[in-house]
Amino acid sequence: MAHGPATSSFKNPVVNWLDQRLPIFTMIQKEYGVFPTPRNFNYFWNFGAIAMIMLVTMIVSGIVLAMHYTPNTNLAFNSVERIMRDVNFGWLIRYIHMNGASFFFIAVYIHIFRGLYYGSYKKPRELLWMVGVVIFLLMMATAFMGYVLPWGQMSFWGATVITNLFSALPLVGQDIVTLLWGGFSVDNPTLNRFFALHYLLPFVIAAVVFLHVAALHVTGSNNPLGVEPKGPQDTLPFHPYYTVKDSFGTVVYLAIFAAFVFYAPNFFGEPDNYIQANPMVTPPHIVPEWYFLPYYAILRSITFDISIPFTGLKLIEAKLGGVIAMFGSIAILFILPWLDTSPVRSARFRPIFKKGILAFLVAFFLLMYVGAQTADAAWHLGGLEIPLVYVGQLATLVYFGFFLSLPFVGLIEKPLPLPASIAKPVLGGGASAAGATAKPMEKA
Amino acid sequence: MADTTQTAGHGPGSGSHSGGDPSRRDFIYLAAAATGVVGAAVTVWPFIDSLNPAADTLALASTDVDLAPVQVGQSITVTWRGKPVFIRHRTPEEIKSATDVNVSELRDPQKDADRAKKPEWLVVVGICTHLGCIPLGQKNSDPRGEYGGWFCPCHGSVYDTSGRIRKGPAPRNLEVPGYAFKTDTSIRIG
Ligand code: HEM
Ligand code: FES
Repeated sequence: MAHGPATSSFKNPVVNWLDQRLPIFTMIQKEYGVFPTPRNFNYFWNFGAIAMIMLVTMIVSGIVLAMHYTPNTNLAFNSVERIMRDVNFGWLIRYIHMNGASFFFIAVYIHIFRGLYYGSYKKPRELLWMVGVVIFLLMMATAFMGYVLPWGQMSFWGATVITNLFSALPLVGQDIVTLLWGGFSVDNPTLNRFFALHYLLPFVIAAVVFLHVAALHVTGSNNPLGVEPKGPQDTLPFHPYYTVKDSFGTVVYLAIFAAFVFYAPNFFGEPDNYIQANPMVTPPHIVPEWYFLPYYAILRSITFDISIPFTGLKLIEAKLGGVIAMFGSIAILFILPWLDTSPVRSARFRPIFKKGILAFLVAFFLLMYVGAQTADAAWHLGGLEIPLVYVGQLATLVYFGFFLSLPFVGLIEKPLPLPASIAKPVLGGGASAAGATAKPMEKA
Repeated sequence: MADTTQTAGHGPGSGSHSGGDPSRRDFIYLAAAATGVVGAAVTVWPFIDSLNPAADTLALASTDVDLAPVQVGQSITVTWRGKPVFIRHRTPEEIKSATDVNVSELRDPQKDADRAKKPEWLVVVGICTHLGCIPLGQKNSDPRGEYGGWFCPCHGSVYDTSGRIRKGPAPRNLEVPGYAFKTDTSIRIG
């Protein structure tokens, strides 16, 4: 980079002066103004921007809540009730934060599904995808610890069950759990450290989101066709085309969000969490927040020990098996770019993959349903009784089967013919000549 | 690095240093690295250990329980170290079903006699060894699972009348805390 002031040419002299010394306006112009973006985005591409808005919403509402909240087991529950009843607009800020977590997860789930369906995780976007999975993990940790803070029955027992997962680890398990708790059960030290971390992690998320976007701007966006832009005829400048589309989508999304905040603020919540935590009484039915249900169902699906056949030698007992399956269900996303051997990205052109991912989606929702039911629940079809454990086990099989079959699907599948360029199917035959003669786009 | 540096002591031009004889620079380099590693570990440990239970949390407490008012077939729950402890005055049938078991078929094989100091009293920590919920079965109206002991509502673990795991995901039997009979009808836990 050359030394000395850059030659910025903004009309506003103040902007110009600043930009010559710290070229942030040049950067914004390059990354969000003229940034070449595929012309064929559908509304699935709104959810990254929406997730970003939700993160900001959580940080703003969270910081204000923290000014009224007391992280002590004797005071926490009442301090949240005080926020609800006495603090000016406290009810609104808390309901924004509570429902905001749900709407953050909805946006991110759709965002991730978009990536799966259109093959956005494939070369050259593997690292972009993996950084995204890191964000997802951090979000789950943040939401889990946040849910403990109001110190209701679900807060306490959710925290107990989830921290106890680590006791499944051989040898060091129990020591790790004691270290997490700072005591012999979930108690005041636990609440204090969870509050400290719940405050910290969202800012870590913000930093990792920055890396995520930086990586995105190296490769550029994928698109519904999954073919790379071949020239300027395939792209549009980000502004105004996608600033408008993102704003429109965000406003619609926030309107739905507001409808829940004002008219159904406890829709996603559990009534038991309005009962103060009682370490001596487990509620009859512990359920995690809805966004954790599929993984919870996977955890509960491993009800059997895994042994070496015929020897009776136990390799993995059921408890550890459940924990491995649960963490594995997320960890498998990290290696997805290498599991999928097909060079074709978009499911539109992959007949087998398309069926697979729809089966995966059904399994995901089925797991979500099973995770919300009691452990001994069953379906009654006529005289037939189907324990939901079996339904959960079948869905778990489909969940992992989808990922693990990808190497073979890539080998046997015959993809449909890909369009020659993005512009061709969008503009029809007329653009094909332009597409054929256009020079390959220069790297931005 | 400066061009006079001899990094490995036997690179080209290391001249007088031959074979495995380390130069003084190598020594300083290794010593500094080792000190750095030890220093980092020594610095990090207090921060990690500060998260472990503090002295006041650790301070041991024992709990005395009077068993006289507990009728045959009745159960009580007492608190010890912030945890629930189940004490059940077992009926003859419950004792029989606890002892009439082929121990080698159990997931966590243990004889009833090794778990109960006196057959009519069973004392166990009331925390499911799966993920820490409190099993149901202390009240006669609670579901107790098909072995008549306790049933954990969280993920369906079933314990028998000796508190042993019989079904479901929990790996171990309900823990038996350290306790002693002070008299025939009172115990001290811890
Ligand atoms: C990634 C962003 C965040 C997520 C997903 C998240 C999630 C949650 C959740 C699920 C709850 C429980 C709500 C309830 O049921 O009452 C909660 C509570 C809380 N959060 Fe956050 N949070 C985020 C960011 C923040 C930030 C940045 C702060 C600021 C310090 C914060 C402060 C609080 C406080 C004080 C509570 C307790 C009050 C209450 O329960 O309403 N949060 N959070
Ligand atoms: S905690 Fe009891 S079965 Fe899971």
